[in-house]
Amino acid sequence: MAAMIEVEGLCKRFGSIQAVVDVSFKVERGEVLGFLGPNGAGKSTAMRMITGFLEPDSGTVRLEGVDIQDQPIASRQNLGYMPEGAPSYHEMTPLGFLGFIAGIRGFSGSEAEDRIATATQQTQLGSVLYQPIDTLSRGFKRRVALAQALLHDPEILVLDEPTDGLDPNQKHEVRTLIQEMAPRKAIIISTHILEEVDAVCSRAIIIAHGRIVADGTPDELESRSDRHMGVSITATRETCQQLMAGINALDGVAEAELDSRGLFVKPVRGSDILDPVRVVVGQSGLSVADIRVERGRLEDVFRAVTIPSGTGPSGTGDRP
Amino acid sequence: MNVIWILFRREFVSYFITPIAYVFIVFFLGLLGAMTFFLGGFFDRGQADLAPFFAFHTWLYLLLIPAISMRLWSEERQTGTIELLLTLPVSATQAVIAKFLAAWAFAAIAVALTFPFWITVNYLGEPDNGIIIAGYVGSLVMVGAYLAIGSCLSSASKNQVIAFVLAVLVSLLFTVAGTPLVLELVSGWAPALVIDVIAGLSFIANFDAISKGVLDLVNLIYFLSVMTLFLFINIILVNLLKAR
Ligand SMILES: Nc1ncnc2c1ncn2[C@@H]1O[C@H](COP(=O)(O)OP(=O)(O)O)[C@@H](O)[C@H]1O
Ligand SMILES: [Mg+2]
Repeated sequence: MAAMIEVEGLCKRFGSIQAVVDVSFKVERGEVLGFLGPNGAGKSTAMRMITGFLEPDSGTVRLEGVDIQDQPIASRQNLGYMPEGAPSYHEMTPLGFLGFIAGIRGFSGSEAEDRIATATQQTQLGSVLYQPIDTLSRGFKRRVALAQALLHDPEILVLDEPTDGLDPNQKHEVRTLIQEMAPRKAIIISTHILEEVDAVCSRAIIIAHGRIVADGTPDELESRSDRHMGVSITATRETCQQLMAGINALDGVAEAELDSRGLFVKPVRGSDILDPVRVVVGQSGLSVADIRVERGRLEDVFRAVTIPSGTGPSGTGDRP
Repeated sequence: MNVIWILFRREFVSYFITPIAYVFIVFFLGLLGAMTFFLGGFFDRGQADLAPFFAFHTWLYLLLIPAISMRLWSEERQTGTIELLLTLPVSATQAVIAKFLAAWAFAAIAVALTFPFWITVNYLGEPDNGIIIAGYVGSLVMVGAYLAIGSCLSSASKNQVIAFVLAVLVSLLFTVAGTPLVLELVSGWAPALVIDVIAGLSFIANFDAISKGVLDLVNLIYFLSVMTLFLFINIILVNLLKAR
């Protein structure tokens, strides 16, 4: 069986800008793939090629085994796409707009009504159905565009920054919706919000300058952080300073440094230092508030792989 | 249901949700009335026909139709809805045709609303209604040609003002091609064949021929060919420029 989404060697250049370079991956049913990357990394360009809006310079995209260049219209029947910026026809009402989409998707009569009812319920649009989209808040506009992508209950969903511009509650709702749908679908979402990856993605691809620079589950990516398996101790500064020498002397400790909460102990990659650190603290007789292991932070990995080495943290534009 | 029909319906209805339709119709009827009565001497001529009325259609279309057509594709590109539209199971060809037909249907309504002129001449005298019907048919195919030019150039720019200006310029070329002024300009140096072709491209000449009651197939085919040509270029431009 072919994967739901198969992308092979996608490349796209705009003038002198290489927007997407040799991007390949597969997404199976049940997976939520997060496209992660700073602004301008090439996420939207890649999505535009996957959805057939933009023709790649080279490479292929297959949806359910069908090459989208060979069958541009047929391959879109089972695809829902929310483009960047969540465009919709603003002079229409959500009901009118979704009615139009239903018609294009081949639904009429009571089937169209049912589809619209389901999609508006999923995206909680019930209260604004008769109001021109123009007059709606950003959050509602985004949900109108999301409802459009969900209307025909497609098995392949491509959502470009689905939670951008939503408030924290709305973000949570959209993430819950994506999680609920996930088992039945193959989903790609793009985001530059790292917590979103942890919240909804089963896998993440980090893109920088058009290239895939990391690919793995959120846990795998976090384990690439140099804070992974580090031990952080919460205690007063004095206590920490007294502990430092003993901890630094341990095997498997790369370095201990003071931070705002107390002390952070970086391990040599792969070594488990929690117990040795506990022993040192116990033997010292000093009291500490908390000792625990860190998972590593996605943010550190993100920064490490997307900022070209040599430039400092302030050297590049967009922070995640 | 057919995709073109669904697209057509959305486009057509959208004219009437926004004020565009009403503003356009008021302008069109108001200017046409003023020109026909004051410039055309509708009452003073002492003839029961609509010749002066039809004579002004060309010039009104030249300026007003680009104002209707400028948003057709510019706006889709400007707001990004083109990305939504062309990732639905819809081809650029279907979208171009549907938008054009909706604009044409809308223009036809504006033209149909000039019926009081027709009633007036029939009240005042005994016009040749066959000629008047021919005039209306000619006006409809001509407005289609102006709309096709406008739709095509609307896909050339994201900026509606630029789309408007380009459409007026190209429409102007087609409008005046056969006028004595232009023909004199080229007659000094161009071969006779070229002059004939240029004269034959004129909207005015082709429309005149139809509205004088000579409902010649050649003139109808001419306008239909202009529409086909520009809509064909329109489809190419949409595919070429959609992602810019
Ligand atoms: N239509 C276009 N024409 C020219 N350059 C473009 C176009 N679309 C995107 N780019 C450029 O390609 C790069 C990737 O853009 P994009 O895919 O939008 O990034 P992201 O979605 O990750 O923020 C950027 O440098 C952007 O300026
Ligand atoms: Mg983007």
